[in-house]
Amino acid sequence: MGKFLVRRFISYLVLIFLASSFAYLLAAATLSPRTNFDQLQPRPSQEAIEKELDKLNLNDNTPIAQRYGTWVRDLVLHGDFGQTIDDQSVNEAVARKAGVTLRLIIVGTGLGCSVGVAIGAYSAVKQYRGFDKAATAAAFFVLAVPTVVIAVSMREAARWFNDVTGVRFFEYGGEYTAGLDAGFWGTLADRLQHGILPTLTLALALFAAFSRYQRNMMLDVLGSDFVRTAMAKGLTRRAALLKHALRTALIPTITYFTFTFGILLAGTTFTEKIYGWHGMGAWVVDSITQNDVNAVAAVTFFMAVCVMAASFLSDILYAWLDPRVRVS
Amino acid sequence: MTGTTTETGATTDTRLEPATPVLEITDLKVVFPGSGRNPDITAVRGVSYRVHRGEVLGIVGESGSGKSVSSLAAMGLLPEYAKVSGSIRLHGEELLGLNDRAMSAKRGSAISMVFQDPLSGLTPVYTVGDQIAEAVRVHNPRISKAQAANRAVELLDLVGIPDPRQRYRAFPHEFSGGMRQRVMIAIAIANDPDVIICDEPTTALDVTIQAQILDVLKTARQETGAAIVMITHDLGVVAGFVDRVQVMYAGRLVEAGGVDDVYYRTRMPYTMGLLGSVPRLDEEEETALIPIRGTPPSLDALPPGCPFAPRCPLAVAACSESEPGLDPVGAEGHSAACIRSGEIEENAWTARDVYPVPKIPAERTAQGPREDRETVLAVEGLVKYHPLMKGAVFKRRVGTVYAVDGITFDIREGETLGLVGESGCGKSTTLMEILSLRAPQSGRVVVFGKEAGAVTAKERFKIRRDVQVVFQDPMSSLDPRMSVFEIIAEPLRTHGHPKALLRTRVNELLSLVGLEPAHAARYPQEFSGGQRQRIGIARALALEPRLLVLDEPVSALDVSIQAGVINLLDELKARLGLSYLFVAHDLSVVRHIADRVAVMYLGRIVEIGDVESIYQRPAHPYTQALLSAIPVPDPEKERARSHIVLRGDLPNPAAPPSGCGFRTRCQKFAVLDEAERTLCRDAHPELWSIGAGPADQAAACHYAQEREPW
Repeated sequence: MGKFLVRRFISYLVLIFLASSFAYLLAAATLSPRTNFDQLQPRPSQEAIEKELDKLNLNDNTPIAQRYGTWVRDLVLHGDFGQTIDDQSVNEAVARKAGVTLRLIIVGTGLGCSVGVAIGAYSAVKQYRGFDKAATAAAFFVLAVPTVVIAVSMREAARWFNDVTGVRFFEYGGEYTAGLDAGFWGTLADRLQHGILPTLTLALALFAAFSRYQRNMMLDVLGSDFVRTAMAKGLTRRAALLKHALRTALIPTITYFTFTFGILLAGTTFTEKIYGWHGMGAWVVDSITQNDVNAVAAVTFFMAVCVMAASFLSDILYAWLDPRVRVS
Repeated sequence: MTGTTTETGATTDTRLEPATPVLEITDLKVVFPGSGRNPDITAVRGVSYRVHRGEVLGIVGESGSGKSVSSLAAMGLLPEYAKVSGSIRLHGEELLGLNDRAMSAKRGSAISMVFQDPLSGLTPVYTVGDQIAEAVRVHNPRISKAQAANRAVELLDLVGIPDPRQRYRAFPHEFSGGMRQRVMIAIAIANDPDVIICDEPTTALDVTIQAQILDVLKTARQETGAAIVMITHDLGVVAGFVDRVQVMYAGRLVEAGGVDDVYYRTRMPYTMGLLGSVPRLDEEEETALIPIRGTPPSLDALPPGCPFAPRCPLAVAACSESEPGLDPVGAEGHSAACIRSGEIEENAWTARDVYPVPKIPAERTAQGPREDRETVLAVEGLVKYHPLMKGAVFKRRVGTVYAVDGITFDIREGETLGLVGESGCGKSTTLMEILSLRAPQSGRVVVFGKEAGAVTAKERFKIRRDVQVVFQDPMSSLDPRMSVFEIIAEPLRTHGHPKALLRTRVNELLSLVGLEPAHAARYPQEFSGGQRQRIGIARALALEPRLLVLDEPVSALDVSIQAGVINLLDELKARLGLSYLFVAHDLSVVRHIADRVAVMYLGRIVEIGDVESIYQRPAHPYTQALLSAIPVPDPEKERARSHIVLRGDLPNPAAPPSGCGFRTRCQKFAVLDEAERTLCRDAHPELWSIGAGPADQAAACHYAQEREPW
């Protein structure tokens, strides 16, 4: 088992490297940082532009292979992603922004998956009853609406709520109130006020997908012989369902988790943009518009790491839930 | 052995006299409400019975007779939407209407159940030991985990799992079907229940494993003194195992009584039909099986009167007026639901008197000695090894599964060869290798004198006309989106049959297999299992083949239906001069239809010869054990028999034992002395001719010796 995980880990490293390389090459070939300098008023001298581009390793007169070589060398030898187009350290920006995104993803994923699984499993048990019908309708509604629309609608709903109640209960700009000094609890409350809407936006989409998937998986095992055996032993229906049916039905969901994670990251981009969070998702959009090749590559690297971490986590969860893979 | 079991039953009964029955079911009705516009289905219609401590009750019936539903109702395991009425009393206490919590306290402690399919009955993600320990702890929450684990090891030992302490940590997928069923029995007896309901506990298992499991159940009964309710469709299993038996049909009991009364003094035509349609191993002479015509009625719209009347050869006008009650007949405790049971008793009718016995026309090609007839199929040293690979990108070979390991046989014109063996012995692989008509990995397959593998694609296409196949599962082998006409016409179209004549040919084929031409427009799902298998046979016969390969053609069918299909195959062979390669695990069926038999074990043929010799004087210990393990539907004979019970399971075909593959389980090997055993360990036995002169019997055993199995 340990050997299996180590092998997996190595293959993840290779995949992360490949993904970032492709992103770098694509960005370097299509974005044109030169225009940023050409359009400056007053326009710097040609020499100054060339010098600046060379310094940032963004000069399109240098062959792309050479630029890529430089990028890889800095990355591998010094762990350095280079400079942004404004000559700031990409590494520092990543360090600042990664936490914002991670907080959003981790809470959103945890909430969305667990609620989705619980509701899905319960709807399967109550198939065709009121609860199941309501959950199905809700899930399909969320699935049919793009994340952008959900995010904007929630923001507007929150604005309306705040107006009607006259209390600024929901916050929808930024991650926290700048310069707030309210002690630990006050800061926490402030963060929660800011975080609740973006997190919900992410969690809703996950809830919809997971509740549908878990419902189907659960339906497959509900009538299975081993659940009947468990009840025949003397377990109550509830205990048999929780301990035998749900445990078995969770296994395929773990695999599904890996697949949805990529989509989730795309959703983060919109959410951060709309709620004004300065995370990685918002940054990648900005970097593309600013022709910031190194930043795009760094964000891709971060996303690849996230996807691989999710995949690694699901491998571990899988092995924990399904001991058969540990044995064979 | 059964003699002792009846004794224990009797003593416990007297000790508890006057006893309240352990389980008493009165007027049980189960209705499954139809969803939407579908009609309600009444699966059980007024069933009453009682079981006393230490008693074994058999419930016999075909699929859909309500036997499983009534026992699930007793366990409180029916789905919530099922409407159950009547009364179910355990030690006099009413169970019906108890809530899930109260019922779960009874389940597994006072009343427990062993289910049919052990492969899916255990949760795949927990170890077998934990699953047994869970059963212990759920009823004794104060027992520590370690104590429960110890008890689980004891139980594993009791049901005959070797190395129980190590095996405690095994997962269900590491166990064979037989071993999983032992675990299920261990779970059922974990809390010394008073009643154990066994729902077809051996149906999914091979016959040698069935014998082992029946032994375990006997042990379980001795250990717990529990009453056993044995539900089965197999009249043989019940004959030697139970004290009383009751027969169910269309959701009701139609006959009940002591096992001897029901088997020897049958009073209900349905029971007679069941007994008459079972192929028998113990009878000297081969006679036509007696099928029951028609199919069981659908439970949503039962005709008024006796539900069996439409299929009954004794039915009179009065039968369709009102449903007869289960009234006492003959001996004490014997009752039957038939208005003509008195007449049956007076005239001492049996199945043979009541049912029309089908006539099988004499075979055209049976004349002439075997050697003079044309060889239809010759297989020489056929080998099929599956490599075992490991690794995702760079695969490497880590072993070999010896699926078929050099087998040789031939089939002459008009002959039926039965290929028998337990699951995993390689019989289906052999079949697929022959049907592929490609060059085998090693050896030769010669079909009608042409060597497969040496022919061109065009010739192969031509040979296919002559070799057709009927598959095991009639439910999945017919395309549900094609009408019966399309299904039967497809091979004809493929081989360029004139379009104008298609309709006539299809109609002809339908009547040949006993269906009506009007059926051609319907779809497979409108037919019962037996009828579908007939459609499958019609499709196989469409091109007038000379060799028909049958892969377990009747194993998915109920006995009364199975008899009809076997008779049809017998008749077709005689009329059309076909040759059959008949693959089956049921030796009784094979005995009935085959001229010669080949017994396979671990990819090799261990004994081959004519039916007479193999069944009367088997020489290989495996054949002897197989025949001995099959229970016969005759209570007296069954009680008097001593079964050879083989130890353990089929060895892993990727790591077969050295020398003789069977020696690890061989009952003969066990009694040999060390010097003699060396030969079995070192040398693989070849087939050698047994018996005097030109007898057609060969066995692959160094110490083969003919033995009477009965």
